[in-house]
Order: sequence, then structure tokens, then C-alpha cells
Amino acid sequence: MANILLEMKSITKTFPGVKALDNVNLQVEEGEIHALVGENGAGKSTLMNVLSGIYPYGTYEGDIVYNGEICKFNTIKDSEGKGIVIIHQELALVPEMSIGENMYLGNERGSKARIDWNTTYAEADKYLKMVGLTESSKVLVKEIGTGKQQLVEIAKALAKHAKLLILDEPTSSLNEEDSRALLDLMLGFKEQGMTMIIITHKLNEVSYVADKITVIRDGSTIETIDNANHDIDEDRIIKGMVGRELTNRFPKRENVPIGDVNLEVEHWTVHHPLYPERIVVNDVSMYVRKGEVVGIYGLMGAGRTELAMSIFGQSYGILTAGTLRMNGQEVKLKKSAEDAIKHKIAYVTEDRKGNGLILSQSIKVNTSLANLDSLATNMIIDKDKEYQVAEEYREKLRTKTPSVEQLVGNLSGGNQQKVLLAKWMFAEPDVLILDEPTRGIDVGAKYEIYCIINDLAAAGKSVIMISSELPEVLAMSDRIYIMNASRIVGEMAASEATQENIMATILRSGRGD
Amino acid sequence: MKKSASQILKDNTMLIVLVLVYLFFTWRTGGAMFSPFNFNELITQNAYVFILASGMLMCMLTGGNIDLACGSLVCFLGALGGYFMTIREMAPLPSILLMLLIGIVYGCVLGYLIAYINIPPWIATLAGYLAFRGLGTDILSSNSKTGSISVKKVESFLGIFAGKLFKTKIGHLNTVCMAVGIIAAIIVVLLNVIGRANKVKKGYEADSMMMMLGKSVLEAGIILLVAYKLAMAGGIPTVLVWVAIVVLFYNFITEKTTIGRHFYVVGGNREAARLSGVNTRRIMFIAYLNMAIVTVITTWVVLGRVQAANSTAGTNFEMDAISACVVGGVSAYGGSGRIIGMVIGATLIGVINLGMSLMNIDANYQKVVKGVVLLGAVAFDILSKKRAK
Repeated sequence: MANILLEMKSITKTFPGVKALDNVNLQVEEGEIHALVGENGAGKSTLMNVLSGIYPYGTYEGDIVYNGEICKFNTIKDSEGKGIVIIHQELALVPEMSIGENMYLGNERGSKARIDWNTTYAEADKYLKMVGLTESSKVLVKEIGTGKQQLVEIAKALAKHAKLLILDEPTSSLNEEDSRALLDLMLGFKEQGMTMIIITHKLNEVSYVADKITVIRDGSTIETIDNANHDIDEDRIIKGMVGRELTNRFPKRENVPIGDVNLEVEHWTVHHPLYPERIVVNDVSMYVRKGEVVGIYGLMGAGRTELAMSIFGQSYGILTAGTLRMNGQEVKLKKSAEDAIKHKIAYVTEDRKGNGLILSQSIKVNTSLANLDSLATNMIIDKDKEYQVAEEYREKLRTKTPSVEQLVGNLSGGNQQKVLLAKWMFAEPDVLILDEPTRGIDVGAKYEIYCIINDLAAAGKSVIMISSELPEVLAMSDRIYIMNASRIVGEMAASEATQENIMATILRSGRGD
Repeated sequence: MKKSASQILKDNTMLIVLVLVYLFFTWRTGGAMFSPFNFNELITQNAYVFILASGMLMCMLTGGNIDLACGSLVCFLGALGGYFMTIREMAPLPSILLMLLIGIVYGCVLGYLIAYINIPPWIATLAGYLAFRGLGTDILSSNSKTGSISVKKVESFLGIFAGKLFKTKIGHLNTVCMAVGIIAAIIVVLLNVIGRANKVKKGYEADSMMMMLGKSVLEAGIILLVAYKLAMAGGIPTVLVWVAIVVLFYNFITEKTTIGRHFYVVGGNREAARLSGVNTRRIMFIAYLNMAIVTVITTWVVLGRVQAANSTAGTNFEMDAISACVVGGVSAYGGSGRIIGMVIGATLIGVINLGMSLMNIDANYQKVVKGVVLLGAVAFDILSKKRAK
């Protein structure tokens, strides 16, 4: 039996109010590729952050044993010093700098006072060759594609003399071909004795490269499956990943009649705003009826938000094809959110702090913002009416706050989400697109948000709910679209959808083309 | 929810500082600061700050954006005004309208560059800062041997921008001025009473009776005091009318209108504002077009006061306007700030300037004091916000 390189023993990590990791154990043998799988929020990234010292020693319980000794990392530098290098899901490269500069960022060659550029570029070129890149290390990062940028990240890790390489979703932004090349590169490194941990949602990749698979669910290790022959059945992994009991976390929506089609898009194709050659929404056709809640499920980066925002007055990307119909009539929206709101479409963003709310303003100001004109005559705001409206929504949504004059920045996440919903409900849309409406809020607040969604449907509105939480999509939707790699890859009635067949649809689509 | 005494103090810190600084200078100057003449000086000397800072406030609201060009633009437009009225002997009305037209054209170009071409405001206006000073100086030097064009003879122009309404002799009470003061004081008190009564009737948060009365007495007192002093100094300066119109107009825009609200939300979170249907580009465009118009009004007032166009006119005006806003609590990052705060900030700086001049403090050290006051005000603002969190 091979030598055990890394052992994480009984790791428990608690955030205020949440146990993110509960008694997690992980054993990685030297020279193997170990896959870590689990749903979004299961705790994979938290575990890797504990390992790399982002959460320093003392903020978690349990031990990290690496190469036979107990490690107490305080910073990333400490873990990197031991040869543990993590490559994060979001690429951390500076686009305006050259490949070589990026590779040695914070790890510069030469003396303290002076960077030795000749050594930098010579060494960088050497590592680039190892990952199969032919570009010179003097080329700017922004000039190479995402696939190659991912390889630069790996070269950067190699330059740090990595013994244990952790790759967090390395292929999430890569196409099929680049992904396969990357996986083969990993297998090549394994031949040379490198140990790797890969975190991924793509189970076909797991089955292809991993020697062992550890499943994490709700902050606990469920099982470690042996895959020495690379022939594991994906259903076997899925069962481990999603096999949780569903309690009554979702309010029932009863006898809501479903009416005519309210909004419909056909052959909707959107390109990336900065890299127009990249297609982010590919030939999507979908519709939503009155009184219906339609779920869009997909993993992060599948193109869900891009689809929603492009429907909302082309607020994202470049629309190159497609028609939009409302109540059967074709509508050509101008390139502005203003026009979308006029046509009674609302988009409730997933990023409530970044582009949803104005944290430095009061609940009142935020609530009225999207429909301020209705409170004004000749541009003069009726402040009494504005106050009444804010109060009305505070009561309706049970927002917990001493007053509607309170600054939104002082509210909890759940209450902020309610203010965001209040803003869009006050805009009186016919179609509401909710993007991750329950992200980052606690279970109680989630329940209340679900109730609001049900009320909206009962009032004859059309709701499109984007979510990466499968149980939520299953429980709340009448109909579910499944999105993967910029396309809609499946559509099913909620009655026939299960966690297993949704996951299977995604996996099939990933392999199919 | 009643406000605690400490909260009231905190909300009005700058006002209290203003009063203390004023009392300090009154004491140090042996009461000279309190004379009718210096009351009048305080207003006429600083009129340009109030007007210019109203426009600057709108720019700053959109995200801490500033206009560096306005001082130089005052020089350029002033030179044109002198050229029109004195060299070409045009009538004042077409002259000032022509100045306004040129300002609007420039404002549209500037607004377009900033809002639709995405040129950072400080760079776009840095160009104007350099160019307008050069153009203005060239107009002056090619039309006058002294490099200065006098408008002393254009009496109707001076009357509109630098005269007195119903002028009386200094030392005699000007009844019209006093009457206007009394009427203004009554209006302010009535507005307070009616405003509170409305809020109470509808069950909204309202100040307590005492609070409202205290506020009314204070506001009415200040108005009556200013009116009395001005009445003793010969009457209402016309420039005060211009200042009042501009300040009240922007107060109305920022406090009551949808477009004013849009300035705040664009500065608070531009992306959120855009996704809520606010035309953020149009707001940026309006901010800079508006700034140019405000600069034109400033030019009229300054030309009237100095009675001549000089190549040094408007020097550091942009900094004075920014300082007034910042001292008055306008966020350097945008999204918050009120006209009333700016008025207090501008007055505070004006009082410090006048007081130091009366005390014959060296001009170089006056600059040092002003710099320290500005830095102190911003540090105070940031620290108090931090503590609030």
C-alpha cells in the first residue's frame, strides 16, 4: 500500500450560526488523483480553504497530517511552502500582465530590491512547456483564451514546486476539448508522481481521472469510493451526493390555475460583452405561463444569469438572435432595463449587494426605486405616499426593521432580500425572474421567500426561478428547464422530475456533444 | 422614535462648529466680524462658492465625480463677457445670453464625453482646466494692453449682479430688506408647523413639538439677524437673490424630485440603479451640462463683483466649491450629501476666510488653515461613519 501523503482528521469548521464542516475525514495517498464531489454548498471549498491555510490553524477543530507531521498553517504561504498549492475556480490572473509576471506574482525572482526578469521569463517558459503551452511567457494573459489561462494557473502552481495540487472546478469554464486536454495533463502528472485533489461537478471527469472519490454532503464525509479501474457508475456517485431526506421546508402552492403563455423567447442567443466570440446563451427557447413558476436549474456558469439578464432589456451581453413574445405579441425591447420594466418584466438579481440594492440608502428609497414615477406628479415625489408604500411592503413581506427609514446596509441578508423583492413587487411586473432568490439566507427567511413566490403565482404573475439548489427547484416549480453549457438541455414537469434524472440530464448533455 | 440629545448634536456638528468659529472671530476681531458691513461682505465675497458648489454637489452625488474646469471656465466666459459688453459694446442682455449659450454648448460636449464615451470626469475636465485659462487669457491680452477688460461702464449689468435692491444709505434701516426678512421668517416657521402637523395627522415619524419650535426659532432668528444686518448695510445685495434662487432650486431638485433621487442612487450603486431602470448615462450627462450652466451664472456674479475680466479670475474656484461640499458632509464617494450641508460648509469656509483677513493673518497661513480644515472635515466624516457601523 502506498504512502499516505495527506490525512485530514475530524475537521470541524464553524461559522457564526452554521456548521460548515462536521467531522470531515479525508485520506489522500501519494501519487493518486483524489476527487472531491458534492453539491454546491456541501463544504468542499471550505475544506480546501482549511487545508491551504486560508482559514488559519485554530479557527477549525481537527488535525491536518501532511507527510507524517501535523501542520499548523497560518497563511497560504505556509501551505505553499510545504508544496500544497490550490488553484481556485475563479482564475486569479491579472489580464494586463504577461504570463511570466503572473506566474511569479508575489513570488518574484531576483533580490528584494530588483526583479530578475531574465530568470523570470526563462523559468516561466520552462514550466509552460511542461503544461504543453507553446506561448512565450511574455505574452499578455488577456491575449490567450480561458483554456490556456487555466494551463497558466497550473504552470504557476508548478513554479511553486507543488507536491500536492488542488484544482477547484478546473474545467468549469472550459469547453469539451480543453477540458479533456487538461484531464490528460493531470494523468500525465500522475505518471510523474504528483498527487492531486480535484473538485468538480462533472462526474464523467471524475470517473475518467480519479482513483478515489470522496463524497461530501451537508458538511460531512459520506463515503470514499474506490475507482482504481476508472469504471464507476455515475448513478452510484449521484446517490451519495443527493441522498438526503426532504423535510417540509417548502410551503405548498394550492390550486393556482395556470393560464396562457405570458412570456416566450425563441432561439435566444447571446454573446459575451467583452469577448464577442464566446457564446454564453446558445439558441435557447423557453416560455412561462400566467400563474406558473418555472424553475431553471443548472450549475454555476451554465448561462442562467446571462439568459435572465439578456431577457431583462439586454442588461447583459450582446443579443445576436432570437425573438421575445409577451402575450403572443412580439416585443423588441430597447437595450435598457427601463424598457423591460415598462413591459412589466422584473429581474431580481442574485447579487443583491453588488447590483441589487443601494446599501447607503433607506428601505424606503430602495423600495420605490424601480417604480418611482408612479409616486410622482411632474417629477415631484409624493413622500407621504412613498412612505406608505414602503410600510405596506414591510408589513406584507414581514421585513424585520424598526423603521423603513433604516439603511438597507444595516439589515440581515434575509431582510435585504425581502427589500429587494419589495422593490420588484412594487414595480408591478407580470413576469418576475428571480435569480437565486434564497442564496445566503437562513432557513426561516427562505420559507418566507417561498411563501411570497407562491403568492405571486396565485396573483397570476409568471415566475421564473433560477436556482442551483435542486430541492428548492423541485419543490417550488411547476415546470423545470435544465441548463448546461449555455443551452437548455432538458425540460420536465415537476411531477416527473427527480434529483437523479435532472443530474443525469446534465451529465448526458455534457458527454453528448 | 425620538432623537436623543447626542444624536441631535451629531446631526448638526458642522452647524455648531460654524457658530463657534463665528463667535471666535467676533471675539478676536473685537466685534468687527459682527458688523453690518462684514455681514454684507461675507455674502458678496462668497456668493460664487454657494452657486458653484450647488452644481459641484450634483456632480459629486453621482459617485464622487468633480469638475476641475469650472474655475478656468469662469475666466474664459468672463473674458468673453468683457469682450462683448466693453469692446463690442453689445447690450448686456444679449451678452449674457450668448455666454449662457456658449456654456450650454460646452456642457453638452462635456456631458457627452463623460456619459457616453466614458472619459473619467477628472480627466475630461482637466483638459478644460488648462484650455479655458489659455483661451481666456488670450482674449484678454489681445483686446487690452493691461490684460484686463473693465465692465465698469456697463451699469445695468452691474446693477443686476452686484447692486442693491432699494438701496438706502449705510447706517439707516432699509425697510424693504427688513420686511422681506420678516416675511421669509414667517414662511419658514409656517412651513415647519404645517409640515409637522401633516406628519402627525398621518401618523408618521415627526419631530417633537419642542424640537420643531426650537428649530423654528433658530431658523427665524438667523433670517431676521441677517435681514437686520443687511438692512443696516444698505439693502439686499442682488447677488443674494441669485444665490437664494440657485440654492433653493437645487434644494428642491435634490429633496423632492425623481431626477434628484436618481442622482443619489446612481452615486450609491450605479449598477443597481441601472438595473432598476434609471438611465445612468443621462444622469451623468445632466450633471455636467448642469455644472456648465451653474458656472455661467457664477461668471456673471464674479464679473459683476470685480467689475472687470481678468486672467486670474476663477483661480481655485473649483477647489473652493469642492471644499464647501466636502466640509458640508457631501460624500467624496457619492450617493449622499445635502444642499443645506453644503451651504453650512461654504459659510464656514467663508467665515474662516473673512475672519482671518480681518485679523490680518498672513495670506500664506490662511491657505494652511483652509487645508487643515478640509482634511479635518473629511477625517471626521469618515470616522463618524465608521463608528456608526
